[in-house]
Parts: sequence; C-alpha cells; structure tokens
Amino acid sequence: MEQREVIYRHSGTVRATHWVNALVLLVLLMSGLQIFNAHPALYLGAKSTFDDPIMAMGAVQDGDRFKGVTTLFGHAFNTTGVFGLSGDENSGYEDRGVSWSLTLPGHRDLAMGRRWHFFFAWLFLFNGLAYLLWSLGSGHLRRDLAPTATELKHIGASIAEHARLKFPKGEAAKRYNVLQKLTYLFVALILLPLMLLTGLAMSPGMDAGFPVLLDIFGGRQSARTIHFISASFIVLFVVVHLVMVLISGVWNNLRSMITGRYAIEAGEEKP
Amino acid sequence: MSETDGLNRRGFLARGLAAASTMLLGGCDGLSDQPWVRRILDSAETLTRVTQRALISPQALAREYSQAEISRDFKANGSTDPDDAAYRAHAANGFADWKLAVGGLVDQPLELSLTELRALPSRTQITRHDCVEGWSCIGKWKGVPLAGLLEKAKLKPDARYIVFYCADDLGGTGTEDGKYYESIALVDAFHPQTMLAYEMNDQTLPIPHGAPLRLRVERQLGYKMAKYVMRIEAVDEIAGIRGGRGGFWEDLGYEWYAGI
Repeated sequence: MEQREVIYRHSGTVRATHWVNALVLLVLLMSGLQIFNAHPALYLGAKSTFDDPIMAMGAVQDGDRFKGVTTLFGHAFNTTGVFGLSGDENSGYEDRGVSWSLTLPGHRDLAMGRRWHFFFAWLFLFNGLAYLLWSLGSGHLRRDLAPTATELKHIGASIAEHARLKFPKGEAAKRYNVLQKLTYLFVALILLPLMLLTGLAMSPGMDAGFPVLLDIFGGRQSARTIHFISASFIVLFVVVHLVMVLISGVWNNLRSMITGRYAIEAGEEKP
Repeated sequence: MSETDGLNRRGFLARGLAAASTMLLGGCDGLSDQPWVRRILDSAETLTRVTQRALISPQALAREYSQAEISRDFKANGSTDPDDAAYRAHAANGFADWKLAVGGLVDQPLELSLTELRALPSRTQITRHDCVEGWSCIGKWKGVPLAGLLEKAKLKPDARYIVFYCADDLGGTGTEDGKYYESIALVDAFHPQTMLAYEMNDQTLPIPHGAPLRLRVERQLGYKMAKYVMRIEAVDEIAGIRGGRGGFWEDLGYEWYAGI
C-alpha cells in the first residue's frame, strides 16, 4: 500500500483569488472576442492601415459561395467554419471574426460585450491586486514562487522529466517545481499585468492622461495587437495548465485548490 | 485505480466541464437581458468615469501627430451621405446659406454662418480617431474651439452638458427624433482640443466626414464626435432628451462616457 501524507498546500487567499480569476478570465476572453469581432483585424503602430493588416479575418466571395479567409502577414489561409465565416447550410453562414459560440453575448452585441468586459476588467484588477499584495506581504512570492539558484541550474532535468510526464513525489512534491514557478511568475507578473496595461493603452482618455502608455507599446494599434497576443498566451497557459491538472492527479489537484489539502505520495527524493 | 477508471473519470470530468461552461455561458446570455444585471454591469462604467476624471487632468491633451502620420484611408463610419432634404439643399449650395444655431441655457443665443465661424479664432491639430469597433485613423482637423463659442454664447450657471443635434437620420426612422445626436460634459466641452471642425486634412470637411461641421472630442471614442452638427444646446440634464441616455448610440445601449 502506498504511503500518503496530506499537506496543506494552498492558502485561502490563493484558492479564492484563483477561482475568481478563472471565472473573470473566461468572461474577459469571451467578451473580448465579441469586441474583437467588431473589427477582426490587427495592426502595428498608432493607426490602422486597412489595406495592410498584420492579421485579418473575413469572408470573401469564391464563385457563387463565400469562404472564410484569415490573412497573416499577407498570407491568406482558408479558415471557413472557424474564422472569417462560420455556420452551415441550414442555419446560414455569417461573416465574422471568431464564431459567436465563443463570444459573450453569443450574438453580435458590441455594447453588451463592452459592458461585460469592463465590469470584469475591474474585478480582474481588484482580484489581481489582492493576490499580488498578499503574495508580497505573506512571503508567498519569495517562499513558494521565486526559483532558487539550484533549481535554475537543474532546469534541464526538470524539462526532461516533464516531457516524460513524470511528476515529483515525496518531499519534492511539496513545492512547486521550477517550471511551475517560472510559468506562474510569467503569467502573474508579466502576462496578466500586460493585459491590463495594453487594455488601458486603448483608452483615448488614458492615453491623454498617461501618454507613456502609447510609448511603451509603440502606439494604440500595437497595444491592441499585444492585447490579443497576450490573451492568446493566457489561453495557451490555461490549456497546458488544465492538461497538467488532469494528468498529475486531477482529484488531488482539484481538492487542493478547493480545500487546500493535497496528498503526497511517498517516493524517492528528487535532487 | 485501473487505467480505464482514470479515462472514464477524465471523460466524466471533461463532459462535466463542458456542460458547466455551456450553462454558465447560456446563463450569461440570458443575464444580459436582465435589467438588474445591466445595472450592476453599468456600475463599472460609473467607476471608470469617476476614476478617469480623477486621474486625468482636465487639461491633459490627446497626443498630436506629425503630418507624415496622417492616414491615407481615414474610414468614414456611420452616416456618410445624409438624405435629409434640407441638408441636401444646403450641401448642393456649398452650405452658403446654412447657419449653426447655439441655444439652450445661454444668455446670448447665436446663429453663425460658415463664413462667420471661419472668421473666429481657429485651432489645427493632427490627432488619432479611435472607433469603438477597435480601429484608429489619424487626421488633421481645423475648426473653432468649442470653448470660444460657448464663451461667446455666455453659458448660464446651471448648464452642465452640451448637446449636438445632427442632420443625419442614422436610425432611418424618418423622424426628427431618429436623427443622430450626442452630448458631452462641460469638462470635455471646454477642453482645448474640443472643436467644431470645418476642415479635414487641409480640405473643406467632406460630406462623408460630417460637412459642414463635425465635433472633435479627442479624448473620446468616435461615436461621441457627432458629424453634420446643425444645432448646439446647453442643458442641465440629458435624461429628458429623446431616449434619455445622451446620444444616438447611447439610446441603443452604448455607454455615455464611452470609457475604456
């Protein structure tokens, strides 16, 4: 029989802010796609160069039919059914960026999408500030998230273990491993704040009050593009995060993020 | 635990998550229609407005750009060619007999021809126009600062908003009430870059961009910047005007402060 030790892994603040953030990011993503669909094209610099976007989604006529086309740096891809044109013969095709099944509301309604987006943007800010201030004050950032020099030196071994889907046991499982630490730090300290700042850089009012917002991102349209790319990275993070949660002991992981308690399987010590 | 158990559990979990998210999102769609939900969501707009009014100096200028940065393809959105009979007659005549009316809560109501407006002190600025849809264009605007016009008309102390009534029937209702209108607070009305523009990119303002006059409120989104402005009114409340939310798009659900 396996030896199991139950530890208290996640504090109440981490658990609460984690689940609030999960809900908030989902609403922000879907309402954000609603807003994106109002003009599904991205540009670099201050202004939109309509004839030369770096990325655009739309429908084009192809004989007597329409097809969805996504252009990326001037290269066109047929993305019928996914981007640019969705639907089917029964319900009808519709010209759009991303499918309405991914947006909030689930039909064209920019005004309502903005309402959801900005309300949840405030929640995102308050939740994020609560997490960051608590993490700094309690030592969570220093104790649990900052990688040690030794961990950084052995990052190659950790990558190799992850690639083989081998997860730490015993003592090593009580801490985040170095890849987790670096990923969480990147998301919490870079990607999420970047979403907020690039979002604010799209506000003509904030740009007047704080022109530095335009300078750091290289113009309003660049800020909008970075907002989109950064959101895509967060989606990628969430996908990988969910896969890791599923394959490294889903009930144990879920319980630890709900009650805080996490079971450790005894095993050989990791270096 | 056997391997198949794990797979079933995973399948169950995946189905559960899918079902939960469908319920949540269907719920959000239904929630959007509930007045109390809208009130809660709208509270964020109030928070944005109060915060940004506190953070951004009333005099802070929107960035001005260089001649080289002007868009070659400035998009004309909304109405691009009003079909109002009186407007078309004025347009055919080059707006020679047209007059801008300034009234409401003022001591000195005004009626000014385009020639008279052009004779007033002017301002020229190259600024970025940000549409609520997400795109931006850069254009050069010359016009009469609204502050000068309001000083000439002598605002009464109880005036709090400036309302702009336009010639275009964007709603297509065929009635006076269906025409475009907008309103801004005095802090924006007296901002140094706020103007009624009669020139765009060194040319007489073209009809698609709002001839004879369009409003520029450079720290705001495009829908606040009414085109085809015919009449200006100073008021103390916007609640009693048309849909009561302060503008054409606002009455259709968009936010008056248009904050981001």
